[in-house]
Amino acid sequence: MEHSEPIVEKPFETKELTVSMGPQHPATHGVLRLVLNLDGENVVKCTPYVGYLHRGVEKLGENRTYLAALPLSDRLDYISSMNNNVGYVNAVEKLFGIEAPERAKYIRTMVAEMGRLSSHIIWLGTHVIDIGATTPFLLAMAQRERILDLFEMLCGARLTVSYPRVGGVRNDISQEFLDTLYEFVLEFPHRIDDYETLVTENRIWKDRTMGVGVISAKEAVNWGLTGGMLRGSGIDYDVRKYVPYDAYDKVDFMVPVGRDPGDCYDRYKVRVEEMRQANRIIKQCVEDLPAGPVMADAPKFTLPPKDLVLKDMEHLIHQFVLITKGPSVAEGEVYVGTEVPKGELGFYFVSDGTGKPYRMRVRAPSYVHASVLPRLSEGGYVADVIANIGTIDIVLGECDR
Amino acid sequence: MGLITGLQSVSLVEVEEGTRVMAPNIIITSFDKLINWGRRSSLWPMTFGLACCAIEMMATYASHNDLDRMGIIPRGSPRQSDFMFIAGTVTKKMSEIVRRVYDQMPEPRYVISVGSCANSGGIFNTYSTVQGCDTFLPVDVYIPGCPPRPEAFIEGIIRLQEKIKHEEFRWSRWR
Amino acid sequence: MEPLQIAEKIKEKFPESWVDVKEFRGQVSVTLKKERIVEICSFLHDDPDLSLDYLVDLCGADYLGKKEKRFEVVYHLYSIPLRHAIRLKAEVPESDMKIDSVVPVWIGANWHEREAYDMFGIVFRGHPDLRRILLPETWEGFPLRKDYPLQGPEKEWSGFLDVLDRAKRYREFEWTD
Repeated sequence: MEHSEPIVEKPFETKELTVSMGPQHPATHGVLRLVLNLDGENVVKCTPYVGYLHRGVEKLGENRTYLAALPLSDRLDYISSMNNNVGYVNAVEKLFGIEAPERAKYIRTMVAEMGRLSSHIIWLGTHVIDIGATTPFLLAMAQRERILDLFEMLCGARLTVSYPRVGGVRNDISQEFLDTLYEFVLEFPHRIDDYETLVTENRIWKDRTMGVGVISAKEAVNWGLTGGMLRGSGIDYDVRKYVPYDAYDKVDFMVPVGRDPGDCYDRYKVRVEEMRQANRIIKQCVEDLPAGPVMADAPKFTLPPKDLVLKDMEHLIHQFVLITKGPSVAEGEVYVGTEVPKGELGFYFVSDGTGKPYRMRVRAPSYVHASVLPRLSEGGYVADVIANIGTIDIVLGECDR
Repeated sequence: MGLITGLQSVSLVEVEEGTRVMAPNIIITSFDKLINWGRRSSLWPMTFGLACCAIEMMATYASHNDLDRMGIIPRGSPRQSDFMFIAGTVTKKMSEIVRRVYDQMPEPRYVISVGSCANSGGIFNTYSTVQGCDTFLPVDVYIPGCPPRPEAFIEGIIRLQEKIKHEEFRWSRWR
Repeated sequence: MEPLQIAEKIKEKFPESWVDVKEFRGQVSVTLKKERIVEICSFLHDDPDLSLDYLVDLCGADYLGKKEKRFEVVYHLYSIPLRHAIRLKAEVPESDMKIDSVVPVWIGANWHEREAYDMFGIVFRGHPDLRRILLPETWEGFPLRKDYPLQGPEKEWSGFLDVLDRAKRYREFEWTD
């Protein structure tokens, strides 16, 4: 054999590859689309595209009365609609200047924490299923079904509940509900132990989450992160503690925090601990539930009781006016933030004195958390993008509104 | 031919209209019925969640309701799936992708429209929402509800199976 | 610090930008001229007594026919170490729909400003990547403006018309063999 020219080692040529991930992708939790520029396994650039579920909730809310726009808040973060309802009614109550009675506040706290549990269960299940473990998902969903059954016992709906109302809650709760809930609350910590047995010390889980999606506390605040994302980095900002609403100043609970800088594993630990704390809050609410009415006595703003509407002309007219024209509100503007499972959900209302909000703005935690995805993913591996999508825990309905 | 006429004289049991069975292992039926039986018994849906209904869809797939017992296994790719749940609000921005995903599915393909938003737009009668996904997709089954319960999902799938059962000579047609 | 004291501080420091302060249900909103908004924001962010390090929310608002200057950009600020909040509102007239971006101060403002651009058409100068975010790139009009109808304008978005057209063609297709 003879060579006409000597063999020269050529440098191995690579080029950047652009991959469009989503909107139809099992791991993007809905209709998120990411355009990834890849250099081999490394993510050079990550560009999220949102808005595939933009339904115009804000515009629609401006065309409805304050009382009639409540069902829209269900469909924002549809995993934990109860928390969204609580956020909405708290903001509207602040605008109206009314306050719910004590019993209603306790009930709201209780059901909001149930919503937190059901949301965190979905987060845990989908996060681990994306990383490769199917069993915790199936185990967790079985428990979630019990919470949904309790919601059904409470108000008839499983997912889109609309149970909290402006000025209180829709109906009082039954003793049967309380008993079933208490039974569930006593048992649920053991189920969390089960999940932790499967996941927390798992070698694969630790390899996939530790050191992935690292963000420092200072940066996290600057990005506007809230909820588990912020607490995972070591800052104890929690609206329930900082600006207490409902009965959160009367129950005893702890806000778990991670280390600075926090990674996916820290955020996992924080959220699992949050589930235990939520369980504690529900237990306290069931034990300390005060007696009394569940609807505020504010006839200008709240609907009259249904049995009176059916019997009495005055109340019928009153309900008719409230439904068609809406309550008359003082001019002004309020912003009220509440702690939903994803972070801080804020409602900003501008009132111009009519029954409809002049401007309704939803500050969605998922929207902010989706924007931080490039910061977490760039420079890492493509497999870590999946871990990051799981850890930011977004719901596109809320993100796109 | 001779064999079959011979067999007819033996004891063939008619188990349903058009299908006769002789124990232990001879079944006489029409080709349509055989194909429809195969199609309806292993329906593979595409995992494609759009909004709220997708959460109830997940609950239906998961442990409590367990769709695996009906031969339903979610697939990640449209090229491997038989039908598609339009589970949630279809926005105008999303409509193009929904249509493209549908076009990628092989025939025979079916569509189940889930929930008020996909059926008619629901409460979201706004500038960015498609008022019913049947404006640009051929829908086979509508499931009402906002969102439908898992039982409603199962009912919808059973309706689709019934529809497939009565199909005739639908082996390939472009829709 | 009480929110009114924060407002007082802004007034002292930037008297020429000051327009108005309002209190409603214990929440204070300060209306400002838009020219020096980035300076004001970085002052509020950096001053150790204020240290408003968390931008809760940024959104636009349209006051068609209600106010002289039609648009407003609303900033909700909160201080996590000091636990106080304030609301800033920068006036943006329709004739000059440009305002400086606060992304250099809070990087989290990025997507909020893109949304305000998408929904109201307010242009943020110095924004790193000002594109439509929730609506498609080719969308016409700004939906959250008060003169935009809820069901959208008569003329359908061209992208959706394409989808309808494609669906129609596929439906009417016949095999000819």
